[in-house]
Amino acid sequence: MRYGETGYFLEIDLSTGNIEKVESDPKWLELYVGGQGTADRILWDWVPPEVEPFSPENLLIFSAGLFCGTPIPGANRTIVNTFSPQTNLHAHTMMGSYFGPEMKFAGYDKIIFKGKADRLVYIVIYNDKVEIRDASHLKGLGTYETQEVLKKELGGRFQIAAIGPAGENRVFYASVDHSHASAARGAGAVMGDKGIKAIAIRGTKDLYVANAEKVFELGNRLRKEIAENPYVGDWMAVDEDDSFHHDNFAWGNARVRRKGYWTPEIQERFTKIKYEHLDRQTGCFNCPKRCHNVISWPGRKRFSYKCFGKDTYHMAAFQELDFSYEILGIAQNLGLDSYTTPQVIAFALELYDAGILTDNDLPGMPKDIKGRFFYFLDKIVKREGIGDVLADGVYWAARKIGRGAEAYDHNTTKKFEQVPIKLGKLNPPYFLMIATGEKMNITQIEGSFPQDPLPTREEREKFVREWVAAKDERFKKWFLEWEKRERVTIEMACAITEWNEAMHYIDDATGLCGFVSSFRGQFGGKTVYHIHNIPHFITLVTGVEFDEEKLWTVYKRNRNLVRALNVRRGMRREDEKPPEDHWAVRNHEYEQILLDCYYEYQGWTKEGIPTVETLKKLGLDFVAEDFLKRGILTGDDEVPNVYEKYKDKYPWGI
Amino acid sequence: MFTKSTKISTPGESKKGECDMEGEKTKKRIKEIRFDMDKCNGCRSCEIVCSQIHASPKYSSVNPAKARIRVIIDEFADNYIAIRAGQYTEAECNARNSFTIRGREFGTCEFCPASCPSRDAFKDPESGLPFKCDGCEGEDTDTPWCVRECHSGALTYVEKEVEEEPKKTDELSVSVLSLLRRHGIEKVVDTIAKVAKEL
Repeated sequence: MRYGETGYFLEIDLSTGNIEKVESDPKWLELYVGGQGTADRILWDWVPPEVEPFSPENLLIFSAGLFCGTPIPGANRTIVNTFSPQTNLHAHTMMGSYFGPEMKFAGYDKIIFKGKADRLVYIVIYNDKVEIRDASHLKGLGTYETQEVLKKELGGRFQIAAIGPAGENRVFYASVDHSHASAARGAGAVMGDKGIKAIAIRGTKDLYVANAEKVFELGNRLRKEIAENPYVGDWMAVDEDDSFHHDNFAWGNARVRRKGYWTPEIQERFTKIKYEHLDRQTGCFNCPKRCHNVISWPGRKRFSYKCFGKDTYHMAAFQELDFSYEILGIAQNLGLDSYTTPQVIAFALELYDAGILTDNDLPGMPKDIKGRFFYFLDKIVKREGIGDVLADGVYWAARKIGRGAEAYDHNTTKKFEQVPIKLGKLNPPYFLMIATGEKMNITQIEGSFPQDPLPTREEREKFVREWVAAKDERFKKWFLEWEKRERVTIEMACAITEWNEAMHYIDDATGLCGFVSSFRGQFGGKTVYHIHNIPHFITLVTGVEFDEEKLWTVYKRNRNLVRALNVRRGMRREDEKPPEDHWAVRNHEYEQILLDCYYEYQGWTKEGIPTVETLKKLGLDFVAEDFLKRGILTGDDEVPNVYEKYKDKYPWGI
Repeated sequence: MFTKSTKISTPGESKKGECDMEGEKTKKRIKEIRFDMDKCNGCRSCEIVCSQIHASPKYSSVNPAKARIRVIIDEFADNYIAIRAGQYTEAECNARNSFTIRGREFGTCEFCPASCPSRDAFKDPESGLPFKCDGCEGEDTDTPWCVRECHSGALTYVEKEVEEEPKKTDELSVSVLSLLRRHGIEKVVDTIAKVAKEL
């Protein structure tokens, strides 16, 4: 009997049509917990580094987190992993709403796709009955339209994940969409390459938990706690003051910071537009929060967004909220990611202004900015003309266009568009998070330690007194003494970076949403889930003993496995750098020592490769052996050995 | 706004109406679960907790397909409608119910609370046996669990006073009742059986 997890993976080979239900190894729960943790083990075992992302040998794995479908509220993430065509590295992406829990009720912890279909197909899963069906009637339909058609065809209780035309045409930043949730960063393109238009799933099986009565009480208690806790969920769903993004983030092609843009008049105008078109605010499965704003805009499909998702388009186009509303319903239905797409379009428009792209490259482009955004959406999704180049993202497009376009690719790291933030002085933990993070988006890395210090000692003392989530006493001491954002020691920067990352890795294994866990500690510190209570909840749900130390080791194992996957595909130190203009004031010497120190802190070599000792300590002997066999490690490899010398140093030269 | 309210069985809380030949109207206090679709956030906690309560052994599993309440969600039409399992009907109805929600008519049985042969809603997915919401009767709670766990305020449990139409007692019933009181059930039944043979 398995508790919390179903104990089965569904493996679908699209090339042969072979479908198998495979029992998973119960030991993997203790080693990786589940979700992305176990998916990465499968990627390691099955996908050698030579495999191209658009190859039948690449896998596309949908994982329901360990807690998905159990009574633990706020756990509903479906984590989608593959190798991304944009970065040629591990792709981490996920979506909320109902899909992951439904997988569990159908009896699967994972759906693993391999091979390629010879035509466009969709997959129908009803418990043990699994079919690969011809999807001719869905070809070219949007993500929302596909879901509507399939719900009509199969019944409203099916949960559907679909790609739009962007995914079908393998736009690198195409998303997989389900209900009011979306998974981007490579998943849609690979799904399209495999010929999967949609996955429809319905489950009617029991999902068991170990300590039934305790978990019942726990679920009810936590649900209430989440509902009443203003520090979790998306506060931006209700707070209409969005000066945070508009004044601090960069507009256009991540270029212009407009300090003082936000005024009471703007707020009044935006609030009016929002509430005149807001149908409802929704949550995900088993979560009382209301993070999704569901909007009806004339002539558009109903769409939803959360947090910064409402700003990306209008800030890229120097417009107002109405423009985002005008375009989101179309762009999301096409299956385009709302973070990358606006940046790609703004990049193309900069190239046009600079004369690098000319009217010859852009036949029929309208004169007005709004019209131009729609023009590019159309070109990109169809991979038509310049759209075919832009569909690969800014990094690749700049290199294909040439003629100096590379200089306009100023906001990518590891070939991936970063959140458009341009600040003054270098922030050490953020340098480390952006440089060494492998989830490609800072929102998936930051989150446990506050972004900024509190102004007075009294406020800091109050914060620390109530800071249950703090990993250990060190963080409390540091926070009490912390007065200026960039004034952190190297030891602090390393520990903060690791704790922030760790909580995301734990969420990606358990299926907990970052808004009730890993992401939300940075604003207020009062997350419902943290390192002190999650292990106990795993024990109650699964019946397998977990404590903090064991869960922390799982984080380290899962984190090093991702690094190993990427190192095996060629990622090295030279790839680990935030955009040059992310901060105006920087110091190269300090940054490189900081990076050395973090590598050492993690047990990695000067090239950022986990040492044999590090790997063996985590039980990743098979990785160590592979690295030695491939010559990635020699066996004598050492960490940089500078940490002790520098750990107490504050930043210099900035 | 679409508000659906259904009476649930709360015998202990109602004043039992005294019926008499005159047929006077009586008042009765009942509690009902109400649903306000405008407040629903689609979290389906009601389904989760209902399936836990009715799991065997109790609390041992989650399975929304076994819940006595289901939230019918159509994100793209912005419909969020909770339906509780009603009576089992042996036959399909031939005149399907129609529902008007925000001015839009639905000629579908999707929103019908009955467990009936034409669909799998409100039936045990394994045995096919029908489910009916019991209002958490027998549970140590004043409020049904689905309402308790609905933090959006979409489900509420409200008490109200209703007038009850008196049950009219016909003449024959009055006669039988008086015979029963005088001779007892056994004797009356035996006599009716004996007399019936002579017909």
